[in-house]
Amino acid sequence: MKSLKEKISESVFLLIALSALSALALITVFIFIEGVPIIAKVGVVNFVFGMKWAPSQGAFGIFPMIIGSVSVTLGAAVLGVPVALCCSIFLAEFAPATLSNLVRPAIQLLAGIPSVVYGFWGLVFIVPAIRNYLGGPGLSILAGSVILAIMILPTVISISEVSLLALPRLYKEGAFALGATHWQTIRSVLMPAAKSGIVAAIILGIGRAIGETMAVIMVLGNAVALPQSILDPARTLTTNIGIEMGYASGEHQEALFATGIVLLIIIMILNAIAQYAARRR
Amino acid sequence: MTQQAKIVIRKLNFYYQKRLVIREFNLEIPANEILAVFGPANSGTTTLLRTLNRLCDLIPGAHLEGEILLDGENIYAPDVSVTELRRRVGMVFDVPTPLPMSIFDNIAYGPRLGSMKTKASVAEVVERALRMAVLWDEVKDRLHTPATRLSGGQQQRLCIARVLALEPEVILLDRPCSGLDPVSTAKIEESLRQLKEHFTIIIAPHNVQQAGRVADRVAFMLMGSMVEHGLTAEVFANPKDKRTSDYITGRFG
Amino acid sequence: MRVSARSTQMIAKIVIWSAALLVIVLLLAIMIYILLKGVPTLNWQFLSEIPRDMGRSGGILSTVVGTLLVTAVAIVVATPLGVGTAFYLTEYTREGRVTRIIRFSAESLAGIPSIVYGLFGFIFFVIYLKLGWSILSGGLTLAVMILPTIIRTSEEAIRTVPSLYREVSFSLGGTKWQTITRAVIPSALPGIAIGIILGIGRCVAETAAVILTAGSALRMPISLFSPARTMAVHFYILAREGISMERAYGTAAILIILILLVNVVANMLVNRFVARGR
Repeated sequence: MKSLKEKISESVFLLIALSALSALALITVFIFIEGVPIIAKVGVVNFVFGMKWAPSQGAFGIFPMIIGSVSVTLGAAVLGVPVALCCSIFLAEFAPATLSNLVRPAIQLLAGIPSVVYGFWGLVFIVPAIRNYLGGPGLSILAGSVILAIMILPTVISISEVSLLALPRLYKEGAFALGATHWQTIRSVLMPAAKSGIVAAIILGIGRAIGETMAVIMVLGNAVALPQSILDPARTLTTNIGIEMGYASGEHQEALFATGIVLLIIIMILNAIAQYAARRR
Repeated sequence: MTQQAKIVIRKLNFYYQKRLVIREFNLEIPANEILAVFGPANSGTTTLLRTLNRLCDLIPGAHLEGEILLDGENIYAPDVSVTELRRRVGMVFDVPTPLPMSIFDNIAYGPRLGSMKTKASVAEVVERALRMAVLWDEVKDRLHTPATRLSGGQQQRLCIARVLALEPEVILLDRPCSGLDPVSTAKIEESLRQLKEHFTIIIAPHNVQQAGRVADRVAFMLMGSMVEHGLTAEVFANPKDKRTSDYITGRFG
Repeated sequence: MRVSARSTQMIAKIVIWSAALLVIVLLLAIMIYILLKGVPTLNWQFLSEIPRDMGRSGGILSTVVGTLLVTAVAIVVATPLGVGTAFYLTEYTREGRVTRIIRFSAESLAGIPSIVYGLFGFIFFVIYLKLGWSILSGGLTLAVMILPTIIRTSEEAIRTVPSLYREVSFSLGGTKWQTITRAVIPSALPGIAIGIILGIGRCVAETAAVILTAGSALRMPISLFSPARTMAVHFYILAREGISMERAYGTAAILIILILLVNVVANMLVNRFVARGR
């Protein structure tokens, strides 16, 4: 019944549609191929929990970097998520149309700024501020957290706002009819109802923070030792790759790919959680 | 029927997945007449129309038993070209749906799908179609303006012209005047009366009165089955089935 | 002491409005700072001269060309793949295993860190396919990076095309291919364009993936196989090595202006799309 031309165009479209899948497969395969040998050689536990990263001596422990990534990201979440949620509530519930039409594009603009520019701005403003008021070299986990907090705002705001706007009007009207104030309604009815979307937004924001490289390279200080406080410099999994890839070779390079594997796994887990959370509406 | 009917529906059973929507439907539709298929909501009138141009093929899980013959040939035979069929059996929908392009491009859409390329022949076809749909005088000076700027009634006549541009043999109209004001409705009904000279017209009216005004023959459907059919005057004056008279007089709807 | 609901509401409102204000202030702080420091450097010479002395003097022409070419490659490759995928998902299949797998792949791609894209691009395009550090390697890597964005926005654009348009096209005897190209694509075009514009924005801003695949050579690229430095990479190197703060700011200013342009155009398209969709 279908003409040959129709069948051909459908097959062509199918092939095109599989490109996303093929790309994902290629990325996973190639990163793994490059990185698995060194993990096998060093041992998974030694690699992931090893405290020492000194490629020239054959030491490939990425635990300090893991700590770096986790603390920077956690800090970004602690600083950024409350602001982002307030902002999304602002857009969904409080902003008059004229204002939201200004704020929303502004947030999109924030999302488009190159990460190197963020990093540089952080280097010029945030790092000295920390150094002068809080001590330490300024190049620190705190600086990284502040910058990342700003960078994840657009992600968390937009998805949370969408979740809030998607709620049926009846929720709000029902609460008002029972005499609740606007804020009480938001806190006790709307936010819990939008919980799955908000959680997904936060997780995606965290994913973005963990994956960020350039901005963090410029403000984190890039010391390989295990950081002791948020005022200490550190390295993250991403900055480790970013800094050393330029001159690494042989096993060193493989170890960087292995770091990439760890990143991929972390992101896949986060994505899975986010998709699961979003689907639980 | 002394001459071969234009369309013959024989023992049609139509299913959406497992649900039987049209039951054991039989009808012969003569050429160059207006037939109105009417009934209360969900009787299957829209579905019936869509079986005639195989638009029902688009719905997954839709299948049927029986035959529908157009000029004696089953349109559901395996080697039938569906696109060809749809040019012979055109359809006007219940919502005026101008495509987001100019009036000219809307009318030219169908012919251009085929191999009509030359500007002159397309322009000719467009003008002829617009004249037949009684829309030419109103739009001839603005053929290249967006069709969405026309009024509801004009848009619907545009849709009729769009179908006419393909020079079909049968025109299906699914509640074409729903939502239109009485003046536009009257204009469309008048154009139908003129069009039946050249085409076979099957209309699913949105109320019984329209069937009475416009149709030569009527068929009353109830829950997917044919209740009765015949010449309009006869069915309305002397309905053979009590359900028909009840519906016509408004005892149920 | 119980705080009344009224005062809680007031406090909440203040906090929320402040949060919004904070976001705006941050945006302005970053943009105004860069523009203030960078715009004075901008003149025709800056844009039209190639960098000299490792970027200490001269302009940024080769980096502008590098950015343009890398972005062009990415868009040319990603657009047909992304739009085609979107069409497949909406027009040719129903929700099922296949569509879920494709969507999962696209969403996963979206979450991969750009440095990992850099690693992939390096090992696959630069080394395995032997393309070397080149515009092609960089562009192809970026193409995979922006693929999810284009798929997502195109799919949304296609879904908003009223299904009646398709029915009308079919009822006039159109084939599926004709219906897609003549009835659906013209309506979905603004929405698809938005995705492409956003993709351009991402390509211009990207650094980590590009530096590992297109390299950082300052010479004017002569072909798609030449290595090249994009403006974002140039800014990074200038700023990090302290080579020329003046030129660094200038480059950053251009980047900010480009991003502004991208956003403005995208917003215009969004408004037109919404108005027409009615």
